[in-house]
Amino acid sequence: MNTTILLFLVQDGITNGAIYALLGLALVLVFAVTRVILIPQGEFVTYGALTYATLSAGQVPGTAQLAAVMGIVAFGLDLYLARKSLHAKRILRAFAVNIAFPFAILALTYALAGRHNTIPVNTALSLLIVAAIGLFLYRIAFQPIAHTSVLVLLIASVGCHLAMQGFGLVFFGAEGLRGPAVSNAALTIGPLSFSGQSLAVYGITVAFIVGLWLFFDYTLYGKALRATAVNRLGARLVGIRTSLSGQLAFLLASLIGAISGILIVPITTLYYDTGFLIGLKGFIAAIIGGLISYPITAVAALGVGLVEAFSSFYASNFKEVIVFTLIIPVLVLRSLAAPEVEEEQD
Amino acid sequence: MSQRLSILVFALVMAALPLIPEMPPFWIVLLDNIGLSALVAMGLVLLTGVGGLTSFGQAAFCGFGAYTTAVLTTQYGLSPWLSLPASLVVSGVAAVILGVVTVRLSGHYLPLGTLAWGIGLYYLFSKLEFLGRNDGITQIPPLQIGHFKMLDAGTIYYAIWFAVIVSAILTLNLLDSRTGRGIRALRRGHVAAEAFGVKTARAKLLVFVYAAVLAGLSGWLYAHFQRAATPTPFGAQADIEYLFVAVVGGAGYVWGGVLGAAIVVILKEVLQGYLPLIFGGQGQLEIIVFGIMLVALVQFAPSGVWPWLTGLLPLKSRLRRPDTSIALSAPVRAAPPPGPLLRIDNARKQFGGVTAVNNVSFEVGAREILALIGPNGAGKSTTFNLITGVLKATSGTVSFAGQPIIDAPPQAITQLGISRTFQHVKLVPDMTVLENVAIGAHLRGRSGAIASMLRLDRADEARLLAEATRQIERVGLGDQIDQLAGSLSLGQQRIVEIARALCVNPMLLLLDEPAAGLRHMEKQRLATLLRQLRDGGMSVLLVEHDMGFVMDLADRIVVLDFGTRIAEGTPEAIKTNPDVIKAYLGAVA
Repeated sequence: MNTTILLFLVQDGITNGAIYALLGLALVLVFAVTRVILIPQGEFVTYGALTYATLSAGQVPGTAQLAAVMGIVAFGLDLYLARKSLHAKRILRAFAVNIAFPFAILALTYALAGRHNTIPVNTALSLLIVAAIGLFLYRIAFQPIAHTSVLVLLIASVGCHLAMQGFGLVFFGAEGLRGPAVSNAALTIGPLSFSGQSLAVYGITVAFIVGLWLFFDYTLYGKALRATAVNRLGARLVGIRTSLSGQLAFLLASLIGAISGILIVPITTLYYDTGFLIGLKGFIAAIIGGLISYPITAVAALGVGLVEAFSSFYASNFKEVIVFTLIIPVLVLRSLAAPEVEEEQD
Repeated sequence: MSQRLSILVFALVMAALPLIPEMPPFWIVLLDNIGLSALVAMGLVLLTGVGGLTSFGQAAFCGFGAYTTAVLTTQYGLSPWLSLPASLVVSGVAAVILGVVTVRLSGHYLPLGTLAWGIGLYYLFSKLEFLGRNDGITQIPPLQIGHFKMLDAGTIYYAIWFAVIVSAILTLNLLDSRTGRGIRALRRGHVAAEAFGVKTARAKLLVFVYAAVLAGLSGWLYAHFQRAATPTPFGAQADIEYLFVAVVGGAGYVWGGVLGAAIVVILKEVLQGYLPLIFGGQGQLEIIVFGIMLVALVQFAPSGVWPWLTGLLPLKSRLRRPDTSIALSAPVRAAPPPGPLLRIDNARKQFGGVTAVNNVSFEVGAREILALIGPNGAGKSTTFNLITGVLKATSGTVSFAGQPIIDAPPQAITQLGISRTFQHVKLVPDMTVLENVAIGAHLRGRSGAIASMLRLDRADEARLLAEATRQIERVGLGDQIDQLAGSLSLGQQRIVEIARALCVNPMLLLLDEPAAGLRHMEKQRLATLLRQLRDGGMSVLLVEHDMGFVMDLADRIVVLDFGTRIAEGTPEAIKTNPDVIKAYLGAVA
């Protein structure tokens, strides 16, 4: 192997690793706030990427309709929950969030589809659609069982993954899609050439890591979110709205997923079920970080990306095997450093 | 109808099904698939519903079973019957490797680990040359008995359902045993189980390996049913489907796995027929319905269909009173040397800068009830935890019957003859009082998992249950013996904890606030019981806030305040001790 190949593999590994880092961060974020192991994180990636690609092709993506339907269900749940004290103000609020918001997005999508939109417009619209889905997903699937055990939440999470992957197949078909690049700029340093796309990947990843770290460690609201995860009841007693924290976590996670998807869909062809595998690689990083640490997760994700890049060069047939088997040494290390297991109530 | 009879009826019905004239062969194929899926789901039931763990690696374990027999029978010409043990061992060993690295971690690492690992293995199956890559291995010989070859779906049907029914019986036997109680305590209440000698990490590993072996069995049957092994049925999609099967049927019930398999296999068949008409596409659209159903089940019917169904049927398990005349031999212990039974000498415990226990010394004599009292935060519970080995002392010594026990693990201390109750009741709420109390006698039984499955543990088990029953009757809860522990009042639960502690046959009983939550009459009965125990030769050390109860009962009292011993003496002396009054009521005005 010569230096050029080495550098090329490192660059490839870091670009993929940065995406895994973004997803790993979202997984840690959601777990830290809600104790949900977010298996459907990969679907947010697929939805973001394929919604963007569909919009760029001038069509209306099915995800916009899904968001609207989920909004109706969420509105029904809100009304049912508040049935004993139905104030006009409360109904209006629920209506604004659950009905007006997604239908506005749907209307906008229909209005804009078919025209030659600029890339930022399509990106923004895709993000809006997926963010709405993320928000309603928490409201419908997780908020009613937020107090239960990690295991129960995980089962619900798997259910969401299944349903969303199935819908992905309905909306986008079994064929893969690609989208236009966010940036066509290029930068050459020595033998390496960086596309604007990969530079955008690096920039956004770093921005998110720093942002999340600052948010959770240095702001009152970030600390409130962490408190929710440790002790829901205690957090509620001191006035933290726990359901809102969960919705916020899911909103952020779906945004991060969708951004990752939009960043990679110009680089590789994505299929309706690709996101699952990408998300799982984020999980490997998140597990190395113990599902708590943002910086360790980010570094671990780069490691996963590099291992993947090098194994695709040396043993391309066994690339996935090697990446997923990484979990074993990781678990051994975690097991050696394991604190006593706490008893869980459910 | 008793359980045995209903299993027999079920077996006969299943045996008769293929004999129905004009039975469409396709239905038999469905029944075969249900059986294969039920085997895997049964393992998941044990893991998820009973043990509180879950795995997404079950399909990979099926794959191990299927590929092992495929390679051994096609390439080495081995008889399928000889490859069966190999298939089971390979799946089991694979589970041990993954299990060992995850059992010490919190519950959610196992599903994540198995998920990633399962996908890795799926790719491995599809890339390895000797496993035939994506094409898999074909022309696997059929199962054969003499000259009778199980070539079609109707004949292998008997092999599959024989395996299902035998596995179900073995699993039920396992759950209803000494080992089974340890497994059932994993989900809620493993801290207490650990204190009474259940090795919870080992119990977790056992369940995981057991589930993997069942999956391996299913894979072995699958390979000889399809006569081929390809990677596709062993991927992540199948894993998730197995979990769905377990949750639909009822994740806490062995037969729930079988019922869930039937529901899911049939539902899938129906959906694959109708969904393309609705959505117009092709592919596995049933996963949309499965996914939504899974979310809805978790929210509205978390215990699945099985308990609902058994509620409709006249299935009453006959509860038999254990025969209390069977004696359980007392644990062999060296007779304690004369002098105090428990001696605490200058014990000190610091948490960072806080000194919770500050060089405390006291002794508990033989046949003595000693009360440890003091205001909140005085260090009473910390002292308790130092004695029982839950916390390690910063300095000082604790010795019991002449032996130092300061660094011994909780189980070893239990074995020496110290048993305890907990300040916050730690019982397994969905087990009966009898089963909870029997956990206390765990270290006095010997039967392991395999003996339990084969019902070779009955004599041992009868002795344990007899002992548990005697202790329950001794504390006066004989009428509640078959009730679920979670349905009892808090006061009664505390008494159940005492019965459980008595099952250790202790020399020293540690009670952490036993009278809290008890009514007046119950307190009097408890005091009478404790006096009887003392007169029978046991020592009691109790932490309690109810002064009336303590003053009436204790032989001696030790008073702690801010981690320091401030007084010691008879109840009369303590009542008038100025330091004690000051600690409780503040400085004398």
